[in-house]
Amino acid sequence: MIHNQTIIAERPAPSSSVGPVAWLRTNLFNGPINTIFTLIGLYVLYLLVVPTVQWAFINADWVGSTRDDCSREGACWVFVNARFSQFIYGLYPRTEIWRANIVFAGFFALIAWLAIPRLPFKRWVAVFALVGFPVVAYVLLHGGYFDLPRVPTHRWGGLMLTLLLATVGMVGALPIGIVLALGRRSNMPIVKSFCVVFIEFWRGVPLITVLFMASVMLPLFLPSGISVDRLVRALIGLTLFQSAYMAEVIRGGLQAIPKGQEEAAAALGMTYWKRMGLIVLPQALKMMIPGIVNTFISLFKDTTLVMIIGLFDLLGIVQAALSDSRWLGFSLEGYVFAAFMFWIFCFSMSRYSQYLERKLHTGHKR
Amino acid sequence: MKNVRWLGLGISILLPTVAMASTLETVQNRDSLRCGVNAAQPGFSSLDDDDQYRGLDTDVCRAVAAAALGDATKIDFVPLDSVERFTALQSGEVDVLSRTTTWTSSRDTTLGMHFTGVSYYDGQAFMVASDLGVQSAKELDGAAVCTQSGTTSELNLSDYFRVNGMTYDPVVFDAPEQSIAGFEAGRCDVLSSDASQLYAQRMQLADPDMAVILPEIISKEPLGPAVRQGDDQWFNIVKWSLFAMLNAEELGVSQENVDEHLTSEDPDVMRLLGQDGNFGEAMGIEADWAYQIVKQVGNYADIYDRNVGTGSDFNIARGLNSLWNDGGIQYAPPIR
Repeated sequence: MIHNQTIIAERPAPSSSVGPVAWLRTNLFNGPINTIFTLIGLYVLYLLVVPTVQWAFINADWVGSTRDDCSREGACWVFVNARFSQFIYGLYPRTEIWRANIVFAGFFALIAWLAIPRLPFKRWVAVFALVGFPVVAYVLLHGGYFDLPRVPTHRWGGLMLTLLLATVGMVGALPIGIVLALGRRSNMPIVKSFCVVFIEFWRGVPLITVLFMASVMLPLFLPSGISVDRLVRALIGLTLFQSAYMAEVIRGGLQAIPKGQEEAAAALGMTYWKRMGLIVLPQALKMMIPGIVNTFISLFKDTTLVMIIGLFDLLGIVQAALSDSRWLGFSLEGYVFAAFMFWIFCFSMSRYSQYLERKLHTGHKR
Repeated sequence: MKNVRWLGLGISILLPTVAMASTLETVQNRDSLRCGVNAAQPGFSSLDDDDQYRGLDTDVCRAVAAAALGDATKIDFVPLDSVERFTALQSGEVDVLSRTTTWTSSRDTTLGMHFTGVSYYDGQAFMVASDLGVQSAKELDGAAVCTQSGTTSELNLSDYFRVNGMTYDPVVFDAPEQSIAGFEAGRCDVLSSDASQLYAQRMQLADPDMAVILPEIISKEPLGPAVRQGDDQWFNIVKWSLFAMLNAEELGVSQENVDEHLTSEDPDVMRLLGQDGNFGEAMGIEADWAYQIVKQVGNYADIYDRNVGTGSDFNIARGLNSLWNDGGIQYAPPIR
C-alpha cells in the first residue's frame, strides 16, 4: 500500500495565512468593526500626511536669501537657511566659528568613540572626555589664551549652548546624584539629613525659580564688583537641580538590589566603597538606565528655560529670529526646525539607552 | 587679629554701596556700555541675519555709547525678560535699560530707577480688516475684539468702549502670535494692542494690505530709556543723548550732512556739535559728544525712519513722535 503513495511536493502555505495579504487580513481587516476603524484611521492619516508633505516639501521654498524668495504657499526654509549659523552658534563671531566647529567635532567624535563597542582604549578616552576635553573646549570657546580673541559667554548661543548646558548638566548631575543617593541611604545622621534636605529642597522648587533666583536675586546679594557669569550661574543651578532628581532615580535602583548582595560582599571583607562600587552600583545603575535616560532627556528639554534669564539657547535664538522685521510671519518654520533638532537629540539618546539595556542585559529582567 | 579680620569683612560688605565708582567711570574702564534690551521686539530691538541688534531701542543705546565712549559699537547688549529688566538695572548688570519700558509713576518712584526721556510715544490702537470699510474707532460698536489676556490693553479697551457708549465682544488670547492668527482666521473684526506691536503683527498677515490701523490712540504708553537712581551724572548723559538726537533733527543736522554742518555759522548748530563752548565737560564726556552721536547713529528722524518709519517694513507714521514744530510732541530743551 505504501509504495503506491506518491510523495506530494512541499507547497507554500496558502496566501490566506502568510504574506502581506494575510497580515492585512489578520491585523487590519479581521471583522467589520476593525475594517471600519482601519478605514477611518487611513482616512485620518491621509488628511494629516498629505497637507504636511505638501507644505514641508512639495510647495516649500528652499533657495534664496530674503523673504521675497518665498511664495508663502509652502514652508519657507529660506528663513532657516539664512539663519542657520545663528541657530547653531548663537551670536558667536562669524570669524571665530572654526573654534566652535572644532569643539563640536571633538564632542561628537568622543561620544562616537565611547558608544561604538569595537573601538579600543575606552578607559583613556573616557578620562580625556571628562578631564581634558572640557579644558580644551573652554580654552577654544572662551578664548583669551594662545592669542585667541576672547568671546564672552553672552555671545554663545543656539544649539551650541543647548548642548553645552545639557552635557554639563548630565555629566555633573550623575556623580552628584550617586553621592546624594548613597548619602540618603547612609546610617550617619548628619550625612543623611544633609542629603535629605538637599534633595527635598531642590526637588521642591521649580527649575524656572532656580534659574530666576540665580540670575536675578544672586547679583543683589553679591557685593558690587563681584559678578559671576550668567552662564556659570545657570550651569550651577541646572546641575544642582538635576542632581536632586538623579539622586532619587538612583536611590530607586539601589532599593531594588536585595540586601543579601551587600551583606555577602561585607562578609567577604569588602569596604563600603568596594561594596558599593563593585557589587551594588553596577547592578543598580544597569537597572536604572531607563530612569536615568528619562532624566537626561527631560534635562535636555529643560535647557530651553534659560531663555528667561537672557541666554539664547536653540529655542531662544529661533524665537529671537522670528521677531526680525525682515522675517516676520515665519514662526511655523522656525518652531518646526527647533522641534526637529530637539527630536534628533532626544531620540538618539533614547535609542542608545535601549541598545545599552540590551547589551548589559544579564537576565535581571523578571 | 581675628577681630580685625571680621571688621575687614564687615567693611568690605558695607563699603561697596558707599564708595561705588560712578557709572561713567565703570563704563569707561570697561570700555563698553552694557545695555539692557528686549530680545525680540520687531522695530525696537531684534537680531538681524548678521547677528546685529537692530531697532529704535538699540539705537538709543548706541547713542549713549557714542556720547560716553566716542564709539557706538562698544556695546554689550544684554537681552532681558520683562520681569528681569528692573532687577538687572538695580543690580548693576546693565548701565542703561532701553527695553520698550512704559514710563509710569510707580516705576519711576518705587523701583529705584529714573526714566531719562521718551524715545517713542506709543499707545493702544485698533487694527481692522480693510474690507470692513471702517474709518474710525467710533464705528466699532458691537465688534468682536481680539486682545491679549493680562495686559493693560484689556482694561483700556473696556474703558474706551464704556466711555463712548459702545458694546464689544472680547476674544482673549495669550500670545501675540495667537491673537494675529485669530484675527486672520476671522475670529474677530478688530485686533487691539499697542500701535508699535500692531504694525509688527500686521506684517505677519499673509497679505498685510488686508488690514488697516485706525488713527485713534486710546492710551498713553511713553517708552523710554531708564537708569539707576543716585548717579545724576550718568542720568544727564543718557538724558542728553536723546535730547541731542532730537535737537539735531530740529536743526536739520543728520547723519548724512553732519560733517558739512561742522563749518556752520549757526550758533545753535555750533553749540550742538561742540564747535562753540564745551557742554560735554559738565557731564564728564568729550566736547564732540553730540557730533559723535549724530555721525555714528544719526538724529532722531534717522533712527525713527530706519527702524520703524518709512525706511523700514513697518512704515509707521511719525504722528505724536513728530517734532513739536511739526505737529508732534517730541520736544527737547536747547543745548546752551
